[in-house]
Amino acid sequence: MPASIASAIAANRFGLGARPGELALIGGDAHEWLRAQLRAPAPALAAPGLRSSAQILAQALELRRESRAQREAQSAGSAGAPEDTVQRLPQYLRPIYTLEVTARLQHAVSTERPFLERLTQFWANHFAISIDKLFITGLAGSFEREAIRPHVLGHFSDMLLAVETHPAMQLYLDNYLSVGPHSPAAQRRVRRDKPRIGINENLAREILELHTLGVGGGYTQQDVTIFAEVLSGWSIAGEGGRFGGGDPGRFLFRPELHEPGHKVMLGRRYPDEGFAQGVAVLRDLAAQPATAHFVATKLTRHFIADEPPPQAVARLAEAFARNGGHLPSVYAALIDAREAWLEPLAKYKTPTDYVVSSFRGLSVPIEADRAALAPFELLGQRTWQPGSPAGWPDRSADWDGASALLKRIRWADAVGARLGNRRDALQLAPQLLGANLRAATGETVMHAASAAQALTLLLASPEFMRR
Amino acid sequence: MERREFLRRGALLAGGTLLSTSVAFAHADTRRPRFVLVILRGALDGLASVPPLGDPDYAGLRRELALHAAGEAAGALPLDGFFGLHPSLSFLHDRYGARELVVLHALASPYRERSHFDGQDVLENGSARPHALQTGWLNRALAAAPARGALEAGVSVGQNMPLVMRGPASVTSWSPSKLVALDEETLARVTELYAGDALLASRLADALAADAIASGEEGEALMRMPQEAAPGARGKARYTDVVRAAAAFLRPDEGPKVAVFDTSGWDTHANEGGAQGQLAGRLAELDAGLSMLRQELGPVWKDTAVLLLTEFGRTAAINGTRGTDHGTATAAFLLGGAVAGGRVMVDWPGLSRRALYQGRDLAPTLDVRSVLKGVLAEHLTVPSRALELEVFPDSAAARALRGLTRI
Repeated sequence: MPASIASAIAANRFGLGARPGELALIGGDAHEWLRAQLRAPAPALAAPGLRSSAQILAQALELRRESRAQREAQSAGSAGAPEDTVQRLPQYLRPIYTLEVTARLQHAVSTERPFLERLTQFWANHFAISIDKLFITGLAGSFEREAIRPHVLGHFSDMLLAVETHPAMQLYLDNYLSVGPHSPAAQRRVRRDKPRIGINENLAREILELHTLGVGGGYTQQDVTIFAEVLSGWSIAGEGGRFGGGDPGRFLFRPELHEPGHKVMLGRRYPDEGFAQGVAVLRDLAAQPATAHFVATKLTRHFIADEPPPQAVARLAEAFARNGGHLPSVYAALIDAREAWLEPLAKYKTPTDYVVSSFRGLSVPIEADRAALAPFELLGQRTWQPGSPAGWPDRSADWDGASALLKRIRWADAVGARLGNRRDALQLAPQLLGANLRAATGETVMHAASAAQALTLLLASPEFMRR
Repeated sequence: MERREFLRRGALLAGGTLLSTSVAFAHADTRRPRFVLVILRGALDGLASVPPLGDPDYAGLRRELALHAAGEAAGALPLDGFFGLHPSLSFLHDRYGARELVVLHALASPYRERSHFDGQDVLENGSARPHALQTGWLNRALAAAPARGALEAGVSVGQNMPLVMRGPASVTSWSPSKLVALDEETLARVTELYAGDALLASRLADALAADAIASGEEGEALMRMPQEAAPGARGKARYTDVVRAAAAFLRPDEGPKVAVFDTSGWDTHANEGGAQGQLAGRLAELDAGLSMLRQELGPVWKDTAVLLLTEFGRTAAINGTRGTDHGTATAAFLLGGAVAGGRVMVDWPGLSRRALYQGRDLAPTLDVRSVLKGVLAEHLTVPSRALELEVFPDSAAARALRGLTRI
């Protein structure tokens, strides 16, 4: 394979789209350029004003408590809550969302380790949470910084544990309210003749279906129910009432809510060890062959093709299993996969890919402002809002709709109009697309009616729509 | 086998007496049917939307979330004495009274597991298994239905195409945009760029065709549409955009005759609420959206059938966090001026512990494909042979439920 094709694949398929000069930097050894990105530890995302999820959540819970108290006091007198009380929580959370999205975007546009950043986004989407739930608006960014980034170059089992014990995931999939039916707290209510409380199986099901084994991974409804009992008592601190106590905004194991006793799940017996029981189950799930296969399939689909070649999946799964879920070993197998280097443009870009690669290619500076969010909203992929715990889909058919394409082209046109007289499309075309640049696109860009139109045509070209 | 209680309300399954072939041709030349499919993603709680108030086990399973009987304060809206309608669904109730609503219950797709994503896949691909087909039943039905020209088939109101609409028939997607249209010259060059790219060339052509309709006289309303809401935005305006767009496409006689849109937010695992609360709010928004759809469709409402479907139902009993987990059978609604309504159609399995599916869910007694076959055959005049062979392969056991629409 010519080195020029390999560098274009490395920068655009594995990376986030070439920046000017990147293809030259990759030079003749695209594999090594990718491997080098995995060597140093993953950097933390730093930007002024970013706070921990514990701080954000503690304050949000406090705000909600105040609003509720105020509302109750007022509704005793008059009907309905005043608008400012209802709005206070969203008004607190939205600026946090803007800050987090722009920090992430600034990093994606400027990073010199774009493969690592793509992997980070892959994992954040594998363990997806969605800002459809109000509190997640404020927590999605810190969740990614705290539970995903530190483990992208570590072990899958550590990322899994960090994710499931993160307050954002506890909130998103409702587990923080889940109570074992025979827990001390539930039994007390039975004795006092109060309405029963019990488990919520949402998190347990999605861990099995979406985070580890995958939907055909060999678990039953019974396993889901038992797992939910295992996870009962996994909660967050800072709520009132029976969810009181602890360090507000942090994960908290509540023994009084945990379903007591040993549990048998997926054919294994887990003794009654409180919090450690759930940890043991997660460790075992991470080591299951079905998990290795599921993760390998998703990585292969993301980096190689919509219909993942089974041989490549098998090699990635084997690397996962042989190295105890050590992720860099899996990535190494991915870099070595012959299939990844065969078809230069097998993947259709998501809107996020499209915008980020445009910004990288055109060296667009990102302001920490709500305006920076607009392209993602206009093109149909608002950051951290996949709308479901399955995350964003990863096939062409999910993104190549007619209306979606027209919007992309119109957005490219707006970018062309804004930057056309400050960027030279003709000179950028080979720097962005390398060997993927078709003669027809080069011709069309060369004969464009204006500098602005030339830029639009470059961004609208079939090869820039794909990676 | 335990003898189930059969409550026959209106016409029942295959063999129902409403089947009539003699009138099928009466208006064949002048009538132009419209069909709207609304997919409720996340698993709508059928027992909360259409509570079986007369079932002796209902109140015990739903405990503090159980709806009160019709007539009581915050009670359900009365349907047929046995079932009620959630109090948020006042427009639907009004249409029930006007004989424009069929309520279907204890219905399910052939899918029997509890994954949203596989459940939605089966609901949309029209087979009995997840991922067995890469195209959707509605597209295949459109391909088999008599059509008068390109783009008359269907539109998905949204940027991308949901699985149910993917396939051989020419369909497009449309969504409001605040991005400015390209000048003719630039557009011509982009078209030229796509000359060698079959996918992009056809997508662009479809998008421009849809845009032409949207920017025509009927489309003026689309251009005035409010823009996307801010993150975390709530409110009854949730459906304004999609409903106006769907109606603007369906109104003209030359445009698409089928529109599809999605709604989400039905996955009520915790604090679902009863007569008021989370689900009540969502249902009220949906109800208002459907009312707006009728208004916007104006004169063509009489030719319209709107089908609301979800991937599966929720547990019969509430869980420990005042919500419900993933279940099996649920309710669905068929609404519109073309619907032979005012009926609850159900073969009610009951909610006793023995009657529940796997001891936890409302048991399915009606295959969603029976409903779809009936509507597609009689409303959209899709040939039965195509329905059996291409649209719903291996579905012989699910016989078409006839008489759902007025012919």
